[in-house]
Amino acid sequence: MIKATVTVTLKNSILDPQGSAVEKALRSMDYPVESVRIGKFMEVNLSEDDKNKAEEIMHEICRKLLSNPVIEDYSFELEG
Amino acid sequence: MKIGIVRFPGSNCEVDCFEAWKVMGEKPEMIWHQETSVQGYDLIVLPGGFSYGDYLRTGAIARFSPIMEDVIRFAENGGLVWGICNGFQILTECGLLPGALLRNRDLHFICGPQYLRVEHDNLPFTNQYKKGDIIQIPVNHGEGNYTIDDKGLNELKANNQIVFRYVTAKGEVNDTGSPNGSRDNIAGIVNKEGNILGMMPHPERVVEEIIGGTDGQGMFLSILKHWERRMKHGA
Repeated sequence: MIKATVTVTLKNSILDPQGSAVEKALRSMDYPVESVRIGKFMEVNLSEDDKNKAEEIMHEICRKLLSNPVIEDYSFELEG
Repeated sequence: MKIGIVRFPGSNCEVDCFEAWKVMGEKPEMIWHQETSVQGYDLIVLPGGFSYGDYLRTGAIARFSPIMEDVIRFAENGGLVWGICNGFQILTECGLLPGALLRNRDLHFICGPQYLRVEHDNLPFTNQYKKGDIIQIPVNHGEGNYTIDDKGLNELKANNQIVFRYVTAKGEVNDTGSPNGSRDNIAGIVNKEGNILGMMPHPERVVEEIIGGTDGQGMFLSILKHWERRMKHGA
């Protein structure tokens, strides 16, 4: 079994109102914060032991469902 | 006209659409999302709601419902598809319409009457309005902030694909007029061919005076008019 940890973030060109709200809150707490972006973290356990195949599957899954390429970027790491 | 309304788990405006079509004298049918064919239908409505609880992204999972494969085929062959609210989100997720819908600018879920300006009146969906008409149609969404890149926006404009814009009561296109931060105040668009329309506001909620207005009727009448003409000319 291979475990994939996926991070999905809004593209830099896309405004992130949630991130801005958190950024303002942190600044109002007097932390030296430049900016905050909010994304998603997912763990996917694959019933596949071949790392190359797992990588291929994860790219497909990320493009098809886990991210929307119009507004988001994804990255993942494999372990196991 | 044979009208099908797709019901996904989490849809909650399908009955409003159903009743609105009945008010307009039609006999719509519900189509469960597990079905696999839309053969024989003349119009497919993707209603509002929270399909699959909006998990992951709005419309992202509904897009892979069994019925959607045939809805996509139907749309690509010129069939009329009308996505309202969550239906619009599903249409952008499956790539039938460009762009995407993000969290509202102010992060609030918004629900209330909203002024729109009709930008395109030569469509199966809008031929009973006049370009420039200001109509009042309610909005009801948390993720209606339409976004598209510069290239995409230029294409929408060049191909006359913007159908409705959010405006103030006086018809001004500005930030005050926009409830959700949508790019260029876009509230609804069509594909290049004009047979697939997606919009965030809910015209099915304003088809009778008793429920608060009739400004939405024009869309239903437009579709029926379009169908009548098509039948007459056998096209």
